[in-house]
Amino acid sequence: MSINDIQDDIVTTFDELDDWMDKYEYIINLGKLLEPMDPALKTQANTISGCQAKVWLYAEVNDGKMYFHADSDALITKGLIMLLLKVMDKQPPATVAETDIYFIDRVGLSSNLSPSRANGLASIIKNIKILARKAI
Amino acid sequence: MLDIDTIRNDFPILREKVYGKPLVYLDNAATTHKPQSVLDRVINHYSRQNSNCHRGAHFLSEQASAAYESARESVRSFINAQSPAEIIFTRGTTESINLVAESFGRKFVRADDEIIITQMEHHSNIVPWQRLCESRGARLKVLPMNKKGMLKLDRLSKLITENTKLLCVSYVSNTLGIVNPIREIIDLAHRYDVAVLVDAAQAVQHIPLDVQEMDCDFLAFSGHKMYAETGIGVLYGKQRWLEAMPPYQSGGGMIGNVGLRESTYAELPLKFEAGTANAAGAISLQAAIDYLQEIGLDAIVNYENELINRAVESIASLEGVIVYGDFPQRCGVVSFNLENAHPYDVGMILDKLAIAVRSGNHCAQPLMEHLGISGTVRISLALYNTPQEIDKLIAGVEKCRDMIGSRYVTTK
Repeated sequence: MSINDIQDDIVTTFDELDDWMDKYEYIINLGKLLEPMDPALKTQANTISGCQAKVWLYAEVNDGKMYFHADSDALITKGLIMLLLKVMDKQPPATVAETDIYFIDRVGLSSNLSPSRANGLASIIKNIKILARKAI
Repeated sequence: MLDIDTIRNDFPILREKVYGKPLVYLDNAATTHKPQSVLDRVINHYSRQNSNCHRGAHFLSEQASAAYESARESVRSFINAQSPAEIIFTRGTTESINLVAESFGRKFVRADDEIIITQMEHHSNIVPWQRLCESRGARLKVLPMNKKGMLKLDRLSKLITENTKLLCVSYVSNTLGIVNPIREIIDLAHRYDVAVLVDAAQAVQHIPLDVQEMDCDFLAFSGHKMYAETGIGVLYGKQRWLEAMPPYQSGGGMIGNVGLRESTYAELPLKFEAGTANAAGAISLQAAIDYLQEIGLDAIVNYENELINRAVESIASLEGVIVYGDFPQRCGVVSFNLENAHPYDVGMILDKLAIAVRSGNHCAQPLMEHLGISGTVRISLALYNTPQEIDKLIAGVEKCRDMIGSRYVTTK
């Protein structure tokens, strides 16, 4: 499955959810599925600043693929991280760095990208890309 | 009794729908909405009398200047200051506090002097004092709170020394809604000859203010939290202080005579109002004061107190909810959290139900640290809120609890 197939899949899933409450319920439930991050990785260096909720992000590269470890203390943010990782995790660094993340806009979550939104989704994407560029 | 239907009709934005639902606006401590009468007065100003105040000798400039000074008189009367010279128009509470920090600080604060703030202050009443102390080599001292969220007043006299120059305290906490015993605090400080600045940003829209009765040395508030425009605020200062203090900013409008090497300054209050005056803002503030006085402040206070008590009671009765602060009467604000839920999650879900609240640290990180949390969900009321809106909030919080707490999990 290509990275854009995964994005399209997410768009389809959201299209099938009727209203915003269902969409957020879905995001929250995704958040509950996020694998716990090793507390040792929750360092200051791995903290993304500028978010109302705390966000930690760390990546390692194995066999030419990126493996992300991330967490947040807010469930919705964890859910948004899950969506991003569905798309970006286990992809080659160059793909992660170059892919246009269009699903956020298509599913109607772009209000979360505005700087005024406290979840820092924009910062998370930016930091994912920075880590990917470093790994190329 | 307030006629809430009529009042709600005065505020055009309350007819807006959010996500197709009627807006429930419970973020009034951040900013309040504006009644039509305020909007009309601003339009009228720009349509009929716009001109630069205190500059030209022409007809419109006279009109605009007269309107601006009439607004100042309205503010004077509203807070019962002795003279319009004591009313300085600023951009808002933040600028009012910065003005005092800069000007009072330059004149009266020296190395080893002390400024006292409290643990419950908004960042706007912390950071200007930190910067002042840093630049003067002065010391910043903090009056702590107890577990209930009340200031430990018994510590105040021990905190004050002969080097203490100023005590800066909020009348109402923007996070907990506690009303500090401001008269008692001011009396105590004055006994030791310490001047007091009152941050009234969260009081002015809920409690009638009388600066002479309070006897505060400075008082700061914003127009936009009391139904007026953004960008207009007030610094009240006792005339003897303001006379003694140097100008804050400099430029046009605040001068007497300007030579190329030195200048003399204008009399109060213009000495502190450099640059073109925000006449539209001042006029909107006057219109807001007129609006409040037409309805009657006492009626507003009674209604809001009843509503806030109802809100606290309903929120506290919910299972799994923690309400912060333990004191008899709240003013305007209630802060709470759902157990095991991040305030951001609650705020986001309520938003999707068209309920606007604030989630986060409310620019009061030291207070959050004292409570041992990173943030709260805060609701804050205005005179146009209704018991039905509180009911919607309660149903919303229950919905949040179900969504966040549910064990139901979708497949990956």
